[in-house]
Amino acid sequence: MKRTPLTIVAAAIALAFVPSLGLPAFYDSLLYLVLHWIVLATSWNILSGYTGYFSFGHGAFFGAGLYTSATLLAKYDWPFLWTLPVAAAVACLLGVALGAVVFRVKGIRGEVFALLTLAVTFVIGTIIVNTPIDGGNGVPLSAVPVPAIGPTPSSTFYLLALATAALTMLVAWGISVSKLGAGLFAIHDDEDAAEVMGVPTYRYKLIALAVSCALAGVAGGIHALFLSYVTVGEVFTITVPLTVVLMSVLGGTRHWAGPAVGAVAITLLLYSFTAADFAVAGKAVVGAILIAAILFMPDGILPRLQRGIKRRQRGVPAAPDLPSAVPAAAAAPGGAGEVLLRARGLAKSFRGVKALAGVDVEVRRGEILGLLGPNGSGKSTFINVVTGHYMPSGGSVIFEGRELAGRAAHRIAQAGISRTYQIPRPFGQQTVLDNVALAAMFGGGVATPAAARREALTWLRFAGLQDKAQARPDELNLHQRKFLELARALASRPRLVLLDEVLCGLTPSEIDDAVALVRRIRDQGATVVFVEHVMRAVMALTDRVVIFDHGELLAEGPAAEVMQRPEVMSAYLGQPKAAPPASAPGPEPQHA
Amino acid sequence: MSGFSLPSATLLAQSILSGIFVGALYGLLGLGLSLSWGLLRLINLAHFAFAFLAAYLCYQMASKGVDPLLTLVVIVPAFFAIGAALHALMAQFRITPFNSLLVTFGLTGIVEAIIQSIWTADFRKLESAYGEHRYKLAGLYLPLPELITLALAAGLSLAVWSVLRYTDLGKALRASAEDASIATAFGINQRRNALLLAGTCSALASVAGVCLALSFTLAPSQIYAWIGVVFAAVMLGGLGRALAPLIAGVVIGVSEAVTMAVTAPSWAPLVSFTLLIAILLFRPGRAA
Repeated sequence: MKRTPLTIVAAAIALAFVPSLGLPAFYDSLLYLVLHWIVLATSWNILSGYTGYFSFGHGAFFGAGLYTSATLLAKYDWPFLWTLPVAAAVACLLGVALGAVVFRVKGIRGEVFALLTLAVTFVIGTIIVNTPIDGGNGVPLSAVPVPAIGPTPSSTFYLLALATAALTMLVAWGISVSKLGAGLFAIHDDEDAAEVMGVPTYRYKLIALAVSCALAGVAGGIHALFLSYVTVGEVFTITVPLTVVLMSVLGGTRHWAGPAVGAVAITLLLYSFTAADFAVAGKAVVGAILIAAILFMPDGILPRLQRGIKRRQRGVPAAPDLPSAVPAAAAAPGGAGEVLLRARGLAKSFRGVKALAGVDVEVRRGEILGLLGPNGSGKSTFINVVTGHYMPSGGSVIFEGRELAGRAAHRIAQAGISRTYQIPRPFGQQTVLDNVALAAMFGGGVATPAAARREALTWLRFAGLQDKAQARPDELNLHQRKFLELARALASRPRLVLLDEVLCGLTPSEIDDAVALVRRIRDQGATVVFVEHVMRAVMALTDRVVIFDHGELLAEGPAAEVMQRPEVMSAYLGQPKAAPPASAPGPEPQHA
Repeated sequence: MSGFSLPSATLLAQSILSGIFVGALYGLLGLGLSLSWGLLRLINLAHFAFAFLAAYLCYQMASKGVDPLLTLVVIVPAFFAIGAALHALMAQFRITPFNSLLVTFGLTGIVEAIIQSIWTADFRKLESAYGEHRYKLAGLYLPLPELITLALAAGLSLAVWSVLRYTDLGKALRASAEDASIATAFGINQRRNALLLAGTCSALASVAGVCLALSFTLAPSQIYAWIGVVFAAVMLGGLGRALAPLIAGVVIGVSEAVTMAVTAPSWAPLVSFTLLIAILLFRPGRAA
């Protein structure tokens, strides 16, 4: 992978010699535009492509940079190059301020985020046009001297754009192969699951937005002088965001180079039509290409090509052969039997419905604790509150002496608690191996993606999925996906694993496999809380059970004893109409 | 900046009235959009292109001497067919809501190019007998084209509302929007209903287009001018609801008109988009 940044730098250096070829200035400008759109599309993709939060506000960030440079140049006579860092900073600040508000609101995703950012574009445009920044007439910059970096002014713009494009692509590549990138891609597939796995989703989205905006701001700063006359009507429109979306979708949003491929294609295509005086036809052709691209290549050009290449390479063994050692036991400070997690008065209400009405539960280190109860008794809510998916309405959760109630889910994951979902929630666009590696990286604190993949492979072996390492989750059957959930929950080397109905939907022989696996999970050092309806497994596995009913703790003790208690039986089976007295086991004999 | 100045009572009343009129058009444009988004899960940007295409067709026929309202007889069925065909394509490829936005944006570009190549990029204004009629009531001007728009918007919104609420078809559509596969399991012909609804949405766009042609000057680039504010109206009202876009459209139209009267016309976009941002932040569920 180290070859990629070298290739980018080498290509940039080679392209830097283009102005000295002495081509007509017009080519410099055309190439400038290509690079300009590469920067805008690639920077957009860092947030929107990687996380799936499609922003239609890229015009606002680009425009903020553009007007920053234009104002500094026209009103304060700054040297041009010095305006660029300020342009980046202003655009970045705007993005962070917006993101800090927007990303806090739960439920803002997809279309809502797109519309919100689009609306911000028009609001900022309206403010700028009505204030002295623009004043309604635009800002003329024709008197500003262009620094002599290249032999001609047009080549200067070309070289600046080339440097920015190279920087942008290095950043986009760097993020895509880093831990940050892994987190962003996970947010794209399932944000809640990512957070529960230890990804600091809020911070990561904000970082991606900040980087994306800063780069767009630089592009704006350069473009201000390139245009030499800036107006709000041309900048704060729907055109910039739609063009970058189009370029990125066409090239492929999950690949760092996808937007660049799309940018080159669209810019040259549009140019060839305008040059030949077919601007109107060009608009129609671009529209038709967009439609065809979405219909036939919903993933974009690059992923499509990659899949073609991979198909030809099939037969190569997917996963490296590593010794199939059982993973070392998780660090277990303290002896067995002490209290690992203590929930006190833990409560959760949904608009008055008490899903959890103040329960006290102790989990002891090294045990398998069964968590039982009828449907709707609060078992899943308990897991969701302990792992931070829901904020508790009251009570406390002490884990290894630390208060966890009310903390963000990713912090709880990093503290050493992991969970599985009843309905598996794998990251659909990533390989099975990367699914597990993500948990190792974020919950388990493994620093690099490469190390996390090695760690992940041992857990795939543990779950018997090593042959599926390079498969996509949708190629797995339910049984395998359940085991993937387990591997993912274990890869962070948690001290406490919460298993939410792992056996649900499995066949009897699959249940036997899973029971053996759960036992091995405990044997390698983790404590297990086990929500289950399959009584055979509960009896075989658990050291102790707690029973929930209507959000309250009903009973606690060894499974065989607790399940005989009348209150437990009636919670499960309903109140018998007339309970027969214990002394009279059968109906009294009728007198003839 | 012209600064703040309090306009006279008549001027204010006239601006509120013009806000209601333009808001009715926002509502009429938003009606089909809201139904398509809320009930079909398709965000149809081409809705605006369809409205403009209808407006130009109306303009073309009217310039040959046809009464503008009479053109509806041809335009409405034609756009019903276009909308149904578009939806058949979308359903064929199982387009996600987000990709529907991109596909229909591409379609908008194509329609814009078609309009531009037939009618050029110049501004066109439909001249009709309706434009010369304006009533005066208590010192306020009531232009006939705007009154027609208001009547059509209110009538159609009410009609759609009652169909959704009281008929089996309406119930089936709402059920399909909630869970298409369950609705199908209960014997609802989801495919046919969706085509019907998509056609209706486009037909509604074409009616809005005729109203557009009656009161506004047309240019291909103007297609994009309406998108932001109509989306604001749709989201303010809530998706898949029939009366809400009209009410929300009028609220936005009036607040814009009052802003323009009190400050300067260039501040008007601030109102609708600030409203939209506020709704999205405080009630994100409205668009989910």
